[in-house]
Amino acid sequence: MIGKLKGQYGSGIREANSYLGQNYMVVEPSIVSELLQILRDREQFDYCVDVTAVHYPDREKQFEVIWILYSFPRNERIRVKTMVADGESAPSAVSIWATANWLEREVYDMFGIRFDGHPDLKRILLPDGWKGHPLRKDYGIIQQDQEWVQANLGIESGQ
Amino acid sequence: MGAGQPRDRERPMTDRTTTDQMTTDPDTRLSHLELNQPDKTFLDSNELIINMGPQHPATHGVLRVILKLDGEKVLGTECVIGYLHRGVEKIAENRTYTMFNPYVDRMDYVAAVSNGLGYCEAVEKLLNIEAPPRAKYIRVILTELNRLASHQLWLGTHALDIGAMTPLFYTFRDREEILKIFEKYCGARLTTHAFRIGGCQYETYEGFERDVTKFLDFVPPKIDEYEELLTTNRIWLERTKGVGVISRADAIALGVTGPVLRASGVKWDLRKAQPYAAYADFDFEIPIGVNGDTYDRYTVRMEEMRQSLRIIRQAVERIPEGPIMAKVAKVMKPPVGEIYHSIEAPKGELGYFIVSDGSTQPYRVRVRPPSFVNLQALEVMVRGALVADVIAVIGTLDIVLGEVDR
Repeated sequence: MIGKLKGQYGSGIREANSYLGQNYMVVEPSIVSELLQILRDREQFDYCVDVTAVHYPDREKQFEVIWILYSFPRNERIRVKTMVADGESAPSAVSIWATANWLEREVYDMFGIRFDGHPDLKRILLPDGWKGHPLRKDYGIIQQDQEWVQANLGIESGQ
Repeated sequence: MGAGQPRDRERPMTDRTTTDQMTTDPDTRLSHLELNQPDKTFLDSNELIINMGPQHPATHGVLRVILKLDGEKVLGTECVIGYLHRGVEKIAENRTYTMFNPYVDRMDYVAAVSNGLGYCEAVEKLLNIEAPPRAKYIRVILTELNRLASHQLWLGTHALDIGAMTPLFYTFRDREEILKIFEKYCGARLTTHAFRIGGCQYETYEGFERDVTKFLDFVPPKIDEYEELLTTNRIWLERTKGVGVISRADAIALGVTGPVLRASGVKWDLRKAQPYAAYADFDFEIPIGVNGDTYDRYTVRMEEMRQSLRIIRQAVERIPEGPIMAKVAKVMKPPVGEIYHSIEAPKGELGYFIVSDGSTQPYRVRVRPPSFVNLQALEVMVRGALVADVIAVIGTLDIVLGEVDR
């Protein structure tokens, strides 16, 4: 499968490897959307397990967005990863797997990564008016949106 | 009618439509799922927005559902979640691998043992170690007991929501026996912190096998008793058959897992598909449903309870002797890399995605919560149904808000 995909995309697939028996692909952001569609339609990865991200503040492109996919017919998992810079957006997979809807909203909520083509991208766990994205590495463990807390909870601090 | 009271007849119809202000149109969100559109009525200008929760006994915690109604008919829903958000994933980045272990118990707090199993196994994979066989068997016994406890709690509260009060007392009475075993084993009843990375901290107590075997003989007639109360009960059938249907295709597209997926006819259970712990050693069946309705989810879970008992019996009979801890360094520094490991929790696929940067603290821990993903299916399951069905469907999804919000 990887060989076929590599033939099709060439250098678009930067790395296709396996660590501790788990397969993953690192791909260019430009081909993600098409690749995910192909993985579902042609390679039968019909179940999107998770969409998540990791923040690497030292890298030029700070965020790694990860799709964890599973195929019922093949009983196999694969992770697709791509890099996104701060302020850039990733392609949405909601039209491919409906389940990506809330998962992408959570990534947006926690990291501030926008997803192009998401039907209703807004915060999901934190309140709508909250400032900041807590899972970024520069967000402190006890940091909070003081302004929001004071205005909405009527207390000085949540700590 | 008194002179001061307004008379409906005299009020223009248009005055009633003042509350149609849902921020999102559910039609566009899941349009490709080919949902059954509810029939239009001549009163369909009468859309009403009703807020259910966050303080509502039938939402199983602090879940707020905004219902868009036409009379009793649900036109759309929007879940507002996050009331119980504690930033578990952020906490993980600021704790060592060992220190984070007890935190995972607080996500799905009615199945704390499962959470711990998933986390410990994920870190073990990352460290490239394996728990000894005896530890694996102890893990299976406790995890399956916990599945049973979780299903009992689900059954009791779900039946109570629908109006059957007795099962609640029965299930809580019997669940108590499981909690007693947990308490004797590790001192805690709910947030057990039963496992450690590399195995188990505690050897089984004197008489553990006897207690478990006694429980295995005690509980099957009790499960029959629950079934006697519900399975052919006419009210129960009316309230669950054909309610909250989710098709096989929708279930897969929406990524629902666990009993909800199996009730829609997908024979998939991680314990069989990608066996972990010692599950490959045991015989058990994966019960599935046909219609994907609330009743099928009920029968699937009831059968799962019996299958859990089967697994526990085999595990107790065959439990090997030997050490219960693998050789693990006091200070854990997994090599740089990533791992995704998931287990079949009582609610569905519970996954941990852990990124290690080679230090003592995880660089990132992502929890893939089954309840969160399953709750997303609520919208599809209740559209066109009645308000009373929303209660039934929230119950049948078996969500725990501690896990949804993390």
